Amino acid sequence: MTGVLALIGRGTLGLFRYATGLYQLSRDAGYWTFVAPFKGRSPKWKSALHQMVLVGVNSIPIVGLISLFIGIILALQGAYAMRNFGASPYYVALLVGVSMTREIGPLMTAIVVAGRSGSSFAAELGTMKVSEEIDALEAMGLNSVRYLVVPKYLALLVMMPCLTILSDVAGILGGGLFQIVQLDQSLSMFLISTRDALEMRDIWTGLVKSLVFGLIITKVGCYEGFSVRGGAEGVGKATTSSVVVSIFLVIFADVIFTAFFYYTT
Amino acid sequence: MAHDYQGPMIRVEDLVTYYGDRRILNHVSLEMQAGETMVILGGSGTGKSTLLRHIILLERPSSGHIYIKGHDICHMPEERFNLLRPKIGMLFQSAALFNSMTIEENVALPLRELTQLEDSTIRIMTRIKLDLVGLSGFEAYMPSQLSGGMRKRAGLARALAMDPEILLFDEPSAGLDPITAAGIDTLILKLKLAFRMTIVVVTHELASAYMIADRLTVMDRGEIIAVGTPEEIRNSPHPRVVQFLNRVPEGEPEDAQAYLRSLTQSSS
Repeated sequence: MTGVLALIGRGTLGLFRYATGLYQLSRDAGYWTFVAPFKGRSPKWKSALHQMVLVGVNSIPIVGLISLFIGIILALQGAYAMRNFGASPYYVALLVGVSMTREIGPLMTAIVVAGRSGSSFAAELGTMKVSEEIDALEAMGLNSVRYLVVPKYLALLVMMPCLTILSDVAGILGGGLFQIVQLDQSLSMFLISTRDALEMRDIWTGLVKSLVFGLIITKVGCYEGFSVRGGAEGVGKATTSSVVVSIFLVIFADVIFTAFFYYTT
Repeated sequence: MAHDYQGPMIRVEDLVTYYGDRRILNHVSLEMQAGETMVILGGSGTGKSTLLRHIILLERPSSGHIYIKGHDICHMPEERFNLLRPKIGMLFQSAALFNSMTIEENVALPLRELTQLEDSTIRIMTRIKLDLVGLSGFEAYMPSQLSGGMRKRAGLARALAMDPEILLFDEPSAGLDPITAAGIDTLILKLKLAFRMTIVVVTHELASAYMIADRLTVMDRGEIIAVGTPEEIRNSPHPRVVQFLNRVPEGEPEDAQAYLRSLTQSSS
């Protein structure tokens, strides 16, 4: 019995420590991103730009392709489910458009970015930790959060919405592809029905989500990297858990957001 | 900062540090004078590297004080210590060069970030430091293209970039062949004679310790067990010091009962 209680206690404490760590890291990163520039200590723009290329530009093909496929899948499933109701092509456009912009676009982008960039943040910082590079930076009086985390924060804050828009467009085009091939609709017809189906609100709620997902991915990736102990094995573990934890937290945040947007409509 | 400060360069006072429940440093007190080379000797896990990391505030103690030129750094806000940091250079065990930068960029980094110097001046200063450690001509190399000894030299050039008054070495000869290790020792001696820096070296290499040290400190299980000149340490009657100097392996546990108990007790 005490064993079970001890286990629960230890688990809770571990969770608490993790949450505190994440909080401290985001507080520091927030300070160095938003407050320090007004005190004349600007972020490292050059390395932020470099990160933007790594996490943003280089993800374009994979995010685009996955979203296109998801769009096709949504259209197929939607047409199948609504067949018995005699649904018109308008409803397929509505289904694909709304689910892509509100939900699947930001979510798919977050999952791809967590797998590509979150893991590489953890691996990069973890390796630097193991090889004492982070200590060396601190020993010189250079703040490791400012030099290593803030560029990644900025990169994701800029790139997540961009990639999400790309994902929205690719997904909607995928849905359109199905309509054109299957329902003999013209492209312009499809685009008009999508435009009628969508509201501005659908798009911006998706973009708000993507910003939050970006913060989660950077935070978790960098935190896992900083907390690496014990050599190459530790780096591997941190990389894995950065992906698992950030995808979990992204989906958890998504539930809260979706519920919030649902009940406030 | 007082320029006519006369006291010890580094004074460690009653330092105690815990990692979790484990006590790493046990009431450590030590003084190092300006211009002195102090070698801290001890086996693995005796807390000597931890002590070094405290001096540059990479760790904070559970209790106790460290004074650098009379300033208590353990109870100083980070921002104020950052003003002191350029006066302390550290060569890490693995050299800790930034792998994504060339050797020149590595050495120039503190100058670029912490000073307002012109690029051309930084370039010249970087060349001088690299020349000092015998690495001129390797400016454009990446750290991965250099041998272990050369990486250490480059790390040393970076530690020297801000012209520190205190230089810390964490196991400078670890992982190096005897000839390269002797080269690093010679370099330390050269720096000591040329710049009169306060140098603290953590090592377990006896030959190297005798060669460079003005004074030696021997640590064991988080405590300082002997401090003195190389001659005094060699003649020390302390059994652990004698054991360390004569390379006697650890004996069997004396208390059979305690040993049995430690085996049967669960680890929690």
